[in-house]
Amino acid sequence: MNGYQFYWSIVWDSLPLLLAGAWVTIQITVLAFVIGTLIAMPMAVARQRGEGWAYRFSTGWVELSRNTPAVFQLYIFYFGLGALHINIPSYAAVLLSVSFNNAGYMTEIFRGGLTAIPRQQMPAARSLGMTGPQSFIHVIFPQMFKVIFPAYVTQGIWGMLNTSLGMLVGLQELSGATQYAQSASFRTFEFFLATALIYYLIAKALQFSSQLVFRLIYRS
Amino acid sequence: MQFQFANQGLGWSDTYFLAQGVLNTIRLAVAATIVGTLAGIVLGWLRTVSVTVRFITAPFIDIVRSVPMIIQLILANSFLSLLGIGASPFLFGTVALSLWMSAVTAEVVRAGLLSVPLQYRKSARSLGMNGLQELVYISMPLAFRTALTPWIGLVLSLIKDSALAGVVGYVEYMRSTQILITRTHETWLLLMGAGLFYFIICYPVSRYSRRLERRIVV
Repeated sequence: MNGYQFYWSIVWDSLPLLLAGAWVTIQITVLAFVIGTLIAMPMAVARQRGEGWAYRFSTGWVELSRNTPAVFQLYIFYFGLGALHINIPSYAAVLLSVSFNNAGYMTEIFRGGLTAIPRQQMPAARSLGMTGPQSFIHVIFPQMFKVIFPAYVTQGIWGMLNTSLGMLVGLQELSGATQYAQSASFRTFEFFLATALIYYLIAKALQFSSQLVFRLIYRS
Repeated sequence: MQFQFANQGLGWSDTYFLAQGVLNTIRLAVAATIVGTLAGIVLGWLRTVSVTVRFITAPFIDIVRSVPMIIQLILANSFLSLLGIGASPFLFGTVALSLWMSAVTAEVVRAGLLSVPLQYRKSARSLGMNGLQELVYISMPLAFRTALTPWIGLVLSLIKDSALAGVVGYVEYMRSTQILITRTHETWLLLMGAGLFYFIICYPVSRYSRRLERRIVV
């Protein structure tokens, strides 16, 4: 190791800073997950319709979010809007770009789930007197979420990984906080190894808790 | 005398700088794809045939998939520097992206190999093929059909992730765009160029892979 001495106590000392960053990461992850879901639900329905302006709009969104790097999307929200004199804080920029990315990927996941639901469900719900939105909320979507759940959770974790880009725009989420903390000592390896561990734990916690939620909702 | 900066505006000479960025992105993506895919095929095959290997490598695959690429790049950078192996950003980027690629390819290869019906493999063996022949002539061609479209998706992910190699000092296209934005403040023009670059590569390939997926029904 070229006589390199590992020095872990310095990481231990700045643990509160890292945990504060982890809290920001969790906030953005959860918010972007919820916002992405809310946008993706109507877009998936529009995508499945296959015509009209709503279809073209959501197709454009999906292709744009899936075929460009997440870092490009973040730069558009941070530097791009900044160049138009719309200065948003880096927290908002990360939140918007991760939500944008989530919404695009989730739309495709939801659309895949919608194709798995029998066609008769919709007319059946409508014939019971439900309106269009009602039948989606009470009949179609609950079944869809059951089908797509694993892919949906994976996308949520993917969104969590994407929040680490906040480091590039100076946001003090977990990566940014680590970058800041290590800059006092340049013990880069020790700090980022600890951060990798925290990310791993967050990912596992998200996976575990979402499985718990799934079991609670779809008790079977 | 007043100090004056050299011409700061965006000029045609900057296209050379951007072209270098394009080449660097392609170089990194190709290197990581080749190394990662070859390692992934071996790892995926080993994980299919050996329970021990599956048990040992499970944490590796799990960790690689739940830690952000940006952190993996920084760790590869600092760890290789600690070992005293080179100081080339290209190497750091290739190592980090190949490790990720090998882990995810291994899972795709394993899924492909597992999708080959057991009867086919037994029939091949009963025709007198040995294990290696069965793998090369029966299992691999069939696994290739199921694994191809997910693998294309992984390569596209890799190309998009290569945009992060800028954090370890590798000047790929996204990084060169950012450098020019800092100098010229032509934010939208340059960002649109970057977006278009990745979109032009990824969009046709993902469209083609979706068509392929519909055609190959095993």
